[in-house]
Amino acid sequence: MPTFIKRILGLVVVVVLLVVMNAFMSREGLFGFGLPYYYAEIINLTGISIILASSLNLITGFTGQFSIGHAGFMAVGAYSSVFMTVYFSEGLEQWLTGLLGATLAQSIVFLAVIIFGALIAALAGLVVGIPSLRLRGDYLAIVTLGFAEIIRIIILNIDRVGGATGFRGRVPPWDGRQIIPQYANFIWIGGFAVITIVVVYNIVKSDTGRALISIREDELAAEAMGINTTRYKVMAFVISSAFAGIAGALFGHFRQFLHTNDFQFIRSIEIIIMIVLGGMGSITGAVLGAIVITILPELLRKLPGDLYSYRLVIYSALLIVIMLTRPQGVMGAKEFGLSWLKRPQRRPEGDKPAGEKGVPIAQQPATAVIDQGKEIEQGKEHA
Amino acid sequence: MKRTLFALFLITTLLIGFACERRGNGANGGGTGPILVGYYGDLSGRTSSFGQSTKNGVEMAADEINKAGGINGRTVQIITEDDQGEPNKAATVVTKLINQDKVQALLGEVASSNSLAAAPKAQEAKVPMISPSSTNPAVTQVGDYIFRVCFIDPFQGEVMAKFSANNLKAKRAAILYDFNSDYSRGLYQFFKRSFTSLGGQIVSEQSYTQGDRDFSGQLTAIRAVNPDVIYVPGYYGEVGVISNQTKQLGIKAPLLGGDGWDAPQLWQLGGASLNGNYISNHYSVDDPSPAIQKFVADYKARYNILPDALAALGYDSMKVLGDAIKRAGSTENTKLRDAIAQTKDFPGVTGKISIDKDRNAVKPAVVLKLENSKFVYETTIYPEGATPPVTSAAPASGTTTAGPAGAAAPAKAASPTN
Amino acid sequence: MDTFVQQLINGLNVGAIYALIALGYTMVYGILRLINFAHGDVYMVGAFAGYFIALSLGLAAGPSLLSLTFILVASMIIAAIVGMLIERFAYRPVRKYSRMTTLIMAIGVSLLIENLFVARIGAAPRAFPDFLGSQSQPPYHLFGNAAISKAQIIIFLVSIALMLLLQWIVFRTKVGTAMRAVSFNLNSAKLMGINTDAIISLTFAIGSALAAAGGVLTAQYNPNIDPLMGILTGLKAFVAAVLGGIGNIPGAVLGGLLIGAAETFVVGYGYHIGIASTYRDAVAFAILILVLLLRPSGLLGSTVQEKV
Repeated sequence: MPTFIKRILGLVVVVVLLVVMNAFMSREGLFGFGLPYYYAEIINLTGISIILASSLNLITGFTGQFSIGHAGFMAVGAYSSVFMTVYFSEGLEQWLTGLLGATLAQSIVFLAVIIFGALIAALAGLVVGIPSLRLRGDYLAIVTLGFAEIIRIIILNIDRVGGATGFRGRVPPWDGRQIIPQYANFIWIGGFAVITIVVVYNIVKSDTGRALISIREDELAAEAMGINTTRYKVMAFVISSAFAGIAGALFGHFRQFLHTNDFQFIRSIEIIIMIVLGGMGSITGAVLGAIVITILPELLRKLPGDLYSYRLVIYSALLIVIMLTRPQGVMGAKEFGLSWLKRPQRRPEGDKPAGEKGVPIAQQPATAVIDQGKEIEQGKEHA
Repeated sequence: MKRTLFALFLITTLLIGFACERRGNGANGGGTGPILVGYYGDLSGRTSSFGQSTKNGVEMAADEINKAGGINGRTVQIITEDDQGEPNKAATVVTKLINQDKVQALLGEVASSNSLAAAPKAQEAKVPMISPSSTNPAVTQVGDYIFRVCFIDPFQGEVMAKFSANNLKAKRAAILYDFNSDYSRGLYQFFKRSFTSLGGQIVSEQSYTQGDRDFSGQLTAIRAVNPDVIYVPGYYGEVGVISNQTKQLGIKAPLLGGDGWDAPQLWQLGGASLNGNYISNHYSVDDPSPAIQKFVADYKARYNILPDALAALGYDSMKVLGDAIKRAGSTENTKLRDAIAQTKDFPGVTGKISIDKDRNAVKPAVVLKLENSKFVYETTIYPEGATPPVTSAAPASGTTTAGPAGAAAPAKAASPTN
Repeated sequence: MDTFVQQLINGLNVGAIYALIALGYTMVYGILRLINFAHGDVYMVGAFAGYFIALSLGLAAGPSLLSLTFILVASMIIAAIVGMLIERFAYRPVRKYSRMTTLIMAIGVSLLIENLFVARIGAAPRAFPDFLGSQSQPPYHLFGNAAISKAQIIIFLVSIALMLLLQWIVFRTKVGTAMRAVSFNLNSAKLMGINTDAIISLTFAIGSALAAAGGVLTAQYNPNIDPLMGILTGLKAFVAAVLGGIGNIPGAVLGGLLIGAAETFVVGYGYHIGIASTYRDAVAFAILILVLLLRPSGLLGSTVQEKV
């Protein structure tokens, strides 16, 4: 079958799945059956987390630039898109409804505000990225943290988007919608999750991806090889911020309520934990990490009384334990396939498989170059 | 690769199959069995002391109800969930409480922002929710199933403005508020509006964040403009220290505040520097009335610490709910909702509680003076348009929107729905 | 004028605490090139150590320099031990892994300490006993309205004393020379026979002790202590270390004082030029960004060529 037919078929399958799942999770359910709302909510939140984790993975996992301000870009995307919806979209939607009917009108408006949110977030990424990406790892981390905090403080000061009360709908005296409409459902969230994964995958597999990975491995060498590292780093940063913005827009229209308390430092850390757990530099790892970290707190609620209050302690301990025992995360830098059943590759020179725990690695964990499903592990020598 | 995908698909379908439920109407039955009440709050985050205090109050009230035989023969069971102080999580836990735990009523949240995130879920599922201490007017505007047992910001801000202008004869006021807190900001804005409408002048507006350690910069700037009073509508953690630093800088003007000051730690932090300040509150822990003293003693015995305003409000929210359930005779949603809305002159520890047509609590505020580690009664301020009660007639409804004026008819036969 | 002096005193007071904490950051970074995220939490641990010791020994509040000294020394020792434990069990095992791994580990340790405290003793603020009597004693007036309180004076004096002590250790003792050698080049120092692990432990110990001193001192000025007090303060102290030149000891002190002063002036005078005092925390970050853009080596630091 020619590839493009395969692709179209794949697309159709995905869309059908999303629509079915969405109906299943909705109020009316599918043939009278539905998923409990609680689970439906968790699944939707997981979808948003997947977008966040995958986009962060692009800049932190694949390009090696440690950004702990991702929640800031999510906030920018969320607030800017919701701002548009609440204050400027009502007229447009009504006009379109007259032309095309309600569903199509809503979809168009929603898509428009999502794109708007993504663009603003990308802009923020540019503003933050250009000065910061010149800095080395640890400094970059602190600066991204600082920017996220500044963004949060600025938003907190804007009364028109709710300030310290939160953004639920129009703030008098300005005119607009009373309540943020719930545009986002599983079709949108799942759809964008799939889009994010596909985009990141394609970037990583392309020449650009190789440039990014080379920057992660050894920035000086990459520069010496003629790769304009700053340009690539900024590009990855902007793309990842844009997707964070999309996640934020979806989040805002799903929750129908925005407050800066949802975008604090701890949120950025959660996303970091997701990709660390899953394996930085692994797309399936990021997805896995997102799923686990979103669902884990809900599972932990079932803990008996005393242990319940130690939930966050368990979280942090988890992070430490992962770093101590398997810093490359669950997936390492590999993707999901059956090849993990195969024995790991052995280096001709020594006995120990490269990239496994126990071999001191000077710079970074082992890279895997994904090449049509086969894995070639390339370890790094101790310098 | 294809095989694993298919396997994954199969597993997921099976899981979903197990997890599905029949879509009914989800009406929470009211018949028999324990009364399930969901409490949600911040139990492990930044503001966990608030969530914890409120929880203590709620649980103590529930225990008292159960020891007295329950309500209509049913015991009260509190199901607690932690939202870590994040609005997103507040919405999620409320969904869980309603959907999974099938609670018949909700108590929460302390912070208006979290209440605002969660209230729509309660409203949609038609589960009555009573907030013990969210003061932003918008919370009860979400819908007719959302109530509260505390003041709203417009009222409390106005109280202190009136007190400073009328009783303290202040003309110049400075404000130092917690900019991260919706409660503090709300009070600040309404105080400012009231004070200026009474002819006063706001000479300085400074802010800090909860967790700040040093306020000398803001206080020195305030000192330079020489205010008559300084309004500090924040929480006890910072206020105690602010009071101290104020005295260190030689500022003589009294500090004014709200119920956020009310916690036993306030005295430890502020010590003697607090003397001569005033707050508006629902009640006073030193109120000699036997009901309040019993509450304080029981709380102290159970939790080894004196109750703060939040614990008292948590306690009252549970008691009001219990009272409504008893009057309704069931926990069926519409009946319960109506019963709560009809609450009148309920003798809570935080004052006589009546629910007005906007589903807010109507009760007078007391102004207390801080003197030697005690809150000493100074005066009572009633909602606009009300007369001081001779009997226990409920005062008129306070305002829900901006503006100090807003007389309303006495809430004699408060209509439950809007 | 007296307002200006007052703000200056306030600023330097805040800055002295930042300086004490920044010293720990700068020393650890100098040696390991590691940003010790958990350092701010050690400051908090120090304050709580002092609190619990005072509580368990029943030391009553009230002017007693003896009690204060005792608490100070005790909490410094405890914090030093905590610091060494963190280094030994969390940082040392991952030292050979990538930078990112160690950074994530540091974040993990920081979160663990904070959440452990919150889970164990609750996030409610506690009141640290006042051993200087500052709550009852009036401040000393300088001129006009400017005043300096007893607590502020003690903070200045103790901070300066500790910094001088550190200076002496680092530049006048054999151990200090070893520390400087390790910060210069770890492997060469190892080749020279220096027990680098021990030196690293010692560095953590000293840094943590200083942070704890900062914690106890600040608690005298502001008795409100809570488990999350270290986060923002720690971050700002890090900025101070960067401002002064990371790895440079006098730089950390200078950075701390400057950040403290800048913050206070922005808050104090910002009202007049339209910057709300809400932007206080943003000041530190803004300074950080400017420094890293314009002079990444910091005020007193030297540019280090990156060797290939």
